[in-house]
Amino acid sequence: MSIRATRLGSLAAVTTLVAACSGGFGGASSATAPTEAPSAAVPSEAASPSTAEAPVTLNWYVDDNNVTQARLQGLIDAYTKLHPNVTISIETHPGGTDGDNLVKTRLSTGDMPDLFYYNSGSLLQALNPADTLVDLKDQPFVANLQESYLPTVTAPNGAIVGVPTEGSLGGGILYNMTIYSDLGLSVPKTWAEFEANNQKIKDAGKAAPVCGTFADTWTSQLFVLADYYNVQVANPTFAADYTANKAHYADTPAAQTGFAHLQEAFDKGWWQKDFGADKFEVGQQKLAEGKCGHYPMLTFAVGTIVENYPDAKDKIGFFGQPGTDAATNGATIWMPAATYIPKTTTGAQLDAAKAFVNFIGTVDGCNAMTAGVAPSGPYVVKGCTLPDDVPQAIKDIQPYIDGGNNSPALEFLSPIKGPSLENITTAVGSGQTKADDAAKQYDQDVEKQAKQLGLPGW
Amino acid sequence: MSTTEAGPRGSAPVLAAAAPATAKARRRMGRSGGLGHVANSAYPHWFYLPAGIIFGVIFLAPTALSFYYSLTRWTLFTTEFIGLDNFFQFFREPALTSGARNTIVYAVVTSGLKVVLGLLLATLFTSRLRLRGLLRSIVFFPVLVSTVAVGITFAVLMHPSNGLINQSLGALGIDGPNWLTNPSYALLSVALVDVWKGVGIALVIFIAGIVSIPEEYFDAARLEGGAWVKFRHVILPLSRNATFTVILLSFIGGLRSFDLIWTMTRGGPGFSTDVIASTIYKQYQAGFYGLATAGNVLLFIAVTLIVFPMIRYFNSHEVDL
Repeated sequence: MSIRATRLGSLAAVTTLVAACSGGFGGASSATAPTEAPSAAVPSEAASPSTAEAPVTLNWYVDDNNVTQARLQGLIDAYTKLHPNVTISIETHPGGTDGDNLVKTRLSTGDMPDLFYYNSGSLLQALNPADTLVDLKDQPFVANLQESYLPTVTAPNGAIVGVPTEGSLGGGILYNMTIYSDLGLSVPKTWAEFEANNQKIKDAGKAAPVCGTFADTWTSQLFVLADYYNVQVANPTFAADYTANKAHYADTPAAQTGFAHLQEAFDKGWWQKDFGADKFEVGQQKLAEGKCGHYPMLTFAVGTIVENYPDAKDKIGFFGQPGTDAATNGATIWMPAATYIPKTTTGAQLDAAKAFVNFIGTVDGCNAMTAGVAPSGPYVVKGCTLPDDVPQAIKDIQPYIDGGNNSPALEFLSPIKGPSLENITTAVGSGQTKADDAAKQYDQDVEKQAKQLGLPGW
Repeated sequence: MSTTEAGPRGSAPVLAAAAPATAKARRRMGRSGGLGHVANSAYPHWFYLPAGIIFGVIFLAPTALSFYYSLTRWTLFTTEFIGLDNFFQFFREPALTSGARNTIVYAVVTSGLKVVLGLLLATLFTSRLRLRGLLRSIVFFPVLVSTVAVGITFAVLMHPSNGLINQSLGALGIDGPNWLTNPSYALLSVALVDVWKGVGIALVIFIAGIVSIPEEYFDAARLEGGAWVKFRHVILPLSRNATFTVILLSFIGGLRSFDLIWTMTRGGPGFSTDVIASTIYKQYQAGFYGLATAGNVLLFIAVTLIVFPMIRYFNSHEVDL
């Protein structure tokens, strides 16, 4: 699927779902009886936190990634200090597709804890958010969010269902700056320059030009997904046309380029020797230790790299995946995962949960997350800033944000993300499938997903 | 239906022992059984009720429901009746063709190797060997280990440069292959691990078969010639019932195989080790619940179509000792 944030760790959003009381948003009144007692708390869910003193416990369903948990713990520590009557406990689930299925199952059986953290964008759309999640549109925090973020947490019926609970992420190429300075390379603005850099790294013989970690198949998708900025430069209406079944990967040359890059990487021997057997952690290690020049990845990986290899903090940089023209160089951005409240959360729990999500969507919330763990990219809450001591790769994202030469990844602009992409990209990157066949396969995969979502035009 | 329960090979010995017996019992029932017989039973019919309820609720109802869900687009939240679309979609699945081929290859390779190795080892371990008790235990031991643990362990052992297997080969000057990451070898590598893990069951069945051959035949073989005569003209023909049982069980196991493949390669690299069961599982993972259920209905029908004739053939060719 789309880059599985869950598996990646920080991407996975766990929404805290405070089940909505039957407070009807169209959907069937919550089938499963909420466990909570009927509202003991004041119904006013305004920003003013429930100072009612009555002790409340909230359960927050999150993925088991270390970085995610450190960040959420930062929020919990800050919030419970302000509101000693509130206790927030974390319940974890595995990342990746297993986690997706657990979240779906618990939502559909009415068994979801009070809040959960989960991806925004296309993965959220698969949760049937209009019927399962509490609409937070009238909550004060919504006014604090950047406009560009709202579509990624909006249900088809217009309900805004989530609050961003991490920074945004850059999706592109992480590179080893020591190798770059040793070989006198400069950051490539076009794919041709990137090819030339790879050739020089290969000729130098000390490092593989590019790290591939296909044992964690999701990591193989980056060349395709992170190329979306370049796709929309060439085809500005691609996302809408693709959602409406009017544009496809196989018949859009710019969209097919990502698959061609994977094929090129295999054909030219850019990967390291064990690319088929190495996992995500090994890729991070090889990049930090200078055994790979580049690693196509999301910047959430930087947090783990710096944690395990503190020296790498200022030696790993980031650049957007280059396209054909230096003049339009830019980067693809992944939107933050969010916290959601399921409609099965009611009463005092719902009030407390709403108060908590209102805390998350403020500058104080950003600071609490930063206190938990270094952010992976700029926050989407207005007024939030990155601390000065963030790693170099995170600093490298900022110019793309400030310059406006960025685009959200396709999965945040369209509800459709084919689930087999990671297998298809692995097959291309290991020389089993050619780029044009892969694009056709992926179009079929996309069609299945669109039909499953019941989109018009498919 | 079958994907998640593909695991418990541990129950196979019981099945193995039971298979020939039940086959005979069924034939006998066919002649003398029937309702009239049951009516004279000493116990009231409602004694069947507890077992009937459990069987109905846990087995029959989900089976019937899955036939219904296979005709719908099912998101867990909603269902929409779409007729046979799921079945057409499933047949268009690009991974299905290679998955079907891989399934057959995997079933034939594992089943064939288990028969050959099982019979040879059983012949060896029924002869007068000093350590045969110990050797039997060693060969049977992997059967007792969890499949997932075996899969994870071998995935580590088979790592192309850090794995023990290739490091050992390297010490001998051999450049070991990329067992699990080369698309040409990956399926066979997993099949070999499956054989290592499962040959113990074949061994036990063959030993039981060989031991039940009357001693006179061996005496005659001793007069006629040496070990080859004994193997070729006594053990091989007279352990045919055991051979059929082993083929049947390992072939069904191979067709349904999922757990070992999933833990070792997840169907990768690309789609090169995807079998039908893992293709179906991926549809579940992706949230295509109706489509995945349709795939399971098809797998159920396919296994039935392949295995039923096999059982009939084997039953009609049993040898009486």
